[in-house]
Amino acid sequence: MKLRTLFLTPGAAVMLSLFFLPLLIVLAYSFLSRGPYGGVMLPWSWESYARIFDPLYFAILWRSTWIAAVATAICLVLAFPLALYIARAKEQKTLLLNLVMLPFWTSFLIRTYAWMFLLRDTGLINTALQSLHLIREPLPLLFNTGAVILGLVYGYLPFMVLPLYATLEKLDPALLDAAADLGASPAVAVWRVVVPISRPGMIAGCLLVFIPCLGAYLTPDLMGGGKTVMIGNLVQNQFTTSRDWPFGAAISLLLMGMVLLVMRALGDKGEELL
Amino acid sequence: MRRFLPIFACAAYLFLYLPLLALGAFSFNDSKIAVWHGFTLSWYSSVFRNPALVEGMINSLIIAVAATVAATAIGTLAAYALWQKRVPWLTGSLYLSLLSPEIVTGVSLLVFFQWVFHFLKLQLGMHTVVLAHISFSLAYVVIVILARLRTFDRSLEEAAADLGATDWQAFRYVTAPLLLPGIVAAALLCFTVSFDDYVITSLVAGVNSETLPMIIYAMARKGVSPEVNALSVMITVGLGVLVLISGRLESKR
Repeated sequence: MKLRTLFLTPGAAVMLSLFFLPLLIVLAYSFLSRGPYGGVMLPWSWESYARIFDPLYFAILWRSTWIAAVATAICLVLAFPLALYIARAKEQKTLLLNLVMLPFWTSFLIRTYAWMFLLRDTGLINTALQSLHLIREPLPLLFNTGAVILGLVYGYLPFMVLPLYATLEKLDPALLDAAADLGASPAVAVWRVVVPISRPGMIAGCLLVFIPCLGAYLTPDLMGGGKTVMIGNLVQNQFTTSRDWPFGAAISLLLMGMVLLVMRALGDKGEELL
Repeated sequence: MRRFLPIFACAAYLFLYLPLLALGAFSFNDSKIAVWHGFTLSWYSSVFRNPALVEGMINSLIIAVAATVAATAIGTLAAYALWQKRVPWLTGSLYLSLLSPEIVTGVSLLVFFQWVFHFLKLQLGMHTVVLAHISFSLAYVVIVILARLRTFDRSLEEAAADLGATDWQAFRYVTAPLLLPGIVAAALLCFTVSFDDYVITSLVAGVNSETLPMIIYAMARKGVSPEVNALSVMITVGLGVLVLISGRLESKR
């Protein structure tokens, strides 16, 4: 056997047995019927897929999509000036970029917990405002849709900054000088020159943020306090409390299908970025 | 515009770091509530006196080390093979595994393990968590090692072959030593993602395999405790240092 084949075998075996095979089983389960104590049983059926269109569940899908879209839009608005600043910084570019990425590599759970610490009824912000006598009752900052969106923006902002920086860094500063010579104010130059040029970075960034937001589980669970149910929570629920594996499998595949669509849209660019 | 950008950037960095810094500051607070009462280190010592936290920490370390060793070895070999010749289905599936929502990866591994248990008399436990972690961290290893290999000069291996080295000798004595910083960087990253994972772990863990993130999650749901603040600081600083070392090693070319 050639060395290359030998080297490839363990990796291929892991991906086949611990990635593809599990997904295939999920696919098979999604077409089976619900077992009495969790699990699945015959007969084969389409019912789980039909239930996705039940207004109750469809509302959750719809809510997840718009929450992910709003979080993505906010990320874009925040990341663009930041990426532009880093790209145009004279020195320390790498340091500035690494400072954006560093929180991302530390614990996601702890970063979510940090926001809970700030936003709770007995959290830092409410306690501080109360001790300053600015408010009497604690403000309802946590356990609502706004908190979920904040958590998602905080969690995935680096995914937007990175591709935006990659396109903005290649921008020729002479273009801005030219725009200024032709009478454009700096704001107009950014809007009419920089924004169109950085479109590929924006698209890549939006897709990279939208995917994890759509499939988010931890953020809506902890910061939504069970009220803001998203697709991820629905999936988890089917495999734990509701014990409806076929339905959970069907929604998982729906989510996976959305990811594949976005991945197709990203194309080779995504692979380069990652 | 000239004034707006720096001010905005400062605000953005504050947004990124302020929650963590606030959490860190209050881990030294001599009170259970979020009002400053004076400096103390008692929460740090109480973390180590809490048997549940210590057990979770040990479990997390065992799992992360086992998963890191396996995934780094498997991933390094796979990346080397992929560098020599493209295998689109494998790179595609690694890329897909990286983008898959964690909850989907978690439930698919859960149904897979339950299905396997029909044939083998086994239960969920540390071993299933380790297997799950190997599966999702493999992509990180391959990406880091491949990025490093892409900067390599292929003529070094060709020279080794011309001088009579076998494929194995060329790998063992020429490429692998040069690759070592990349391998360490990949291993550190792998350790970080494994140590920190909650979603997938919680689905495939058994009764005796509670990890640190699972305990933190349970405590976070109950309410804020200064013990968790102290623990969070230790984990964030620890993982942060690993990531910095990893980045340093990766960028050395």
